[in-house]
Amino acid sequence: MAVGKVIEGTYGVIAEFGDPQELLDAANAAREKGYTQLDAYSPFPIHGLSEAIGFHHTRLSAIVLGGGIVGGLAGFFMCWYANVVWYPLNIGGKPYNSWPAWIPITFECTILFAAFATVLGMLALNGLPMPYHPVFNVPRFDQASRDKFFLVIQARDPKFDIDDVWTFLESLGPREVTDVPW
Amino acid sequence: MSQRDLTPVHEVRPTTERKIPERFIPVPTLEPGHTFASVTDHISTIVLRKKTPVGWLIGFGISCMLVGILTITIAKLIFVGVGIWGINHPVGWGFDIINFVWWIGIGHAGTLISAILLLLRQEWRTSINRFAEAMTLFAVAAAGLYPALHTGRPWYDYWLFPYPNTMSLWPQFRSPLMWDVFAVSTYATVSALFWYVGLIPDLATLRDRSTNHIAKMIYGMGALGWRGSAKHWHRYEHAYLLLAGLSTPLVLSVHTIVSFDFAVGVIPGWHSTFFPPYFVAGAVFAGFAMVLTLAIPARKFFKLEDFITMRHLENMGKVMMATGLIVFYAYVIEAFFAYYSGNVYERYMYLNRMFGPYAHMYWALIVCNGLAPNLMWVKRFRTSPAMLMVVAMFANVGMWLERFVIIPTSLHRDFLPSSWGMYHSTIWDWGMYLGSIGLFFFLLLLFLRFLPMISIFEMRTLLPEAQAAHGEEH
Repeated sequence: MAVGKVIEGTYGVIAEFGDPQELLDAANAAREKGYTQLDAYSPFPIHGLSEAIGFHHTRLSAIVLGGGIVGGLAGFFMCWYANVVWYPLNIGGKPYNSWPAWIPITFECTILFAAFATVLGMLALNGLPMPYHPVFNVPRFDQASRDKFFLVIQARDPKFDIDDVWTFLESLGPREVTDVPW
Repeated sequence: MSQRDLTPVHEVRPTTERKIPERFIPVPTLEPGHTFASVTDHISTIVLRKKTPVGWLIGFGISCMLVGILTITIAKLIFVGVGIWGINHPVGWGFDIINFVWWIGIGHAGTLISAILLLLRQEWRTSINRFAEAMTLFAVAAAGLYPALHTGRPWYDYWLFPYPNTMSLWPQFRSPLMWDVFAVSTYATVSALFWYVGLIPDLATLRDRSTNHIAKMIYGMGALGWRGSAKHWHRYEHAYLLLAGLSTPLVLSVHTIVSFDFAVGVIPGWHSTFFPPYFVAGAVFAGFAMVLTLAIPARKFFKLEDFITMRHLENMGKVMMATGLIVFYAYVIEAFFAYYSGNVYERYMYLNRMFGPYAHMYWALIVCNGLAPNLMWVKRFRTSPAMLMVVAMFANVGMWLERFVIIPTSLHRDFLPSSWGMYHSTIWDWGMYLGSIGLFFFLLLLFLRFLPMISIFEMRTLLPEAQAAHGEEH
């Protein structure tokens, strides 16, 4: 199933669990053992799992706020520039800069830009789209989107030693431990 | 000191266990006995099975015929012009705007269920949100047809969008009709984004479960390489919540702006400051009625009674009744305003609604939206799919009548008796209307066949095993 250039070596070691609580306990144990380059895979979001693998906050909120501010300013500027500078239009003797009438469009642009910032920001921070990833090489990984739970300790972890990691993962009571080839 | 003294007063529990009467125990949102695998398999099999059900094919055939009618109507409209419709002077807005507002209103329940109920932590929304969001998208698509074609020369519709052009002209940003363009196009875009983001993990499930190579590739492309990493889920949930937070004011703004199309005008019957909340309540009412209209047969046909339980139907019935009563209250207040304003035109307008040439429409509206939802006070009716369906049909018809009463009835007699007229719909008006219903069902049936109609990953979180893992953290 490998696509593209196959590099010799291992991405990491993966353990399969049958239950969200087992995965959560395993992830906590791995972090406490001192592993830092961890990742966990589950078919649905498990609260506390990202904290368990040592991932705490995301910059997404800031990106969304930025998107909203840019959208609001752009929407208002568009109305103002068109109606005050580019082509001043006298409608019923109202002032050119009749800003209350532009609020609906400003509001809609704010939401539109913020929504795009949310979705594109989430995808970008997650590094998606990414059609190929080493974990897809694990034969049973297609169960990760159904009812199985996986924990990976990556080879780039400073404490990574394939035999130690293997023994450690075995000790957590998984269904199976396999290596993840690149 | 005994244990009892250490416990703060507010944490003291009654020592005698009182048995809770059965009628107060809610029906579960997911029938017991399911596992992560069974939920996944049940929902994804509806999409991935090889054999297309005969009922689906029949429904699809009928909606294709209706889409054919739509195509013929649009072709005729483009060749001849909007004169083929019943609109005239003084009734410049007829079926086109009635149907536009009707469809947009129906769409609102989808966003309400997916965004507002998410923020309010209403867990029961989980099994109906995907379906309701799809309904939103298709209802907005059907709605979008009308104003686009009502311009008369739809090939110039791009003039509605602001772009620097050789004519050096800009749209009139102070006009509610322009606000509408921004509101509806933003609504359609954000709804589509929200819907797609919700679909990504489920597309990954379909990618992994599909045995057909081409289907695997197509679902795989849609899934963007989703692998369910904990870091991804963390940002994903964050993004989902933010989108819900953005959609909530958006959905309220859309029908508010649609109501501005009327309220900013000076026509008696339109020029009213309470239109925005009145329209938003009507939209929720219409939308929940449509969700029920679609969910009751779909749940039976696809055997989803375990996922869309009586709890969901009952809750939707309750929301339908509450919003129906708000709408009815708005009718009463409208009549009171007309009387209390002391304005002869306003008073005449309301008397004309009740006793004029379109009085039958008004009284049918009162029956559909004022009286029929009251059946939902009775628990036996709320928990009967047949009765819910009947009330929902009343609401669907009633909300269409409401827009008829607001639009042509207000327009046909304005300030000068010399400009009074009547509105009669033509066969082409009905062709457009039936055609847009056909388009809606055409898109909906395609969705039911090719995408999971219930959010699989969110259903998994409802299972007791998932809840147990959650409980540990909180």
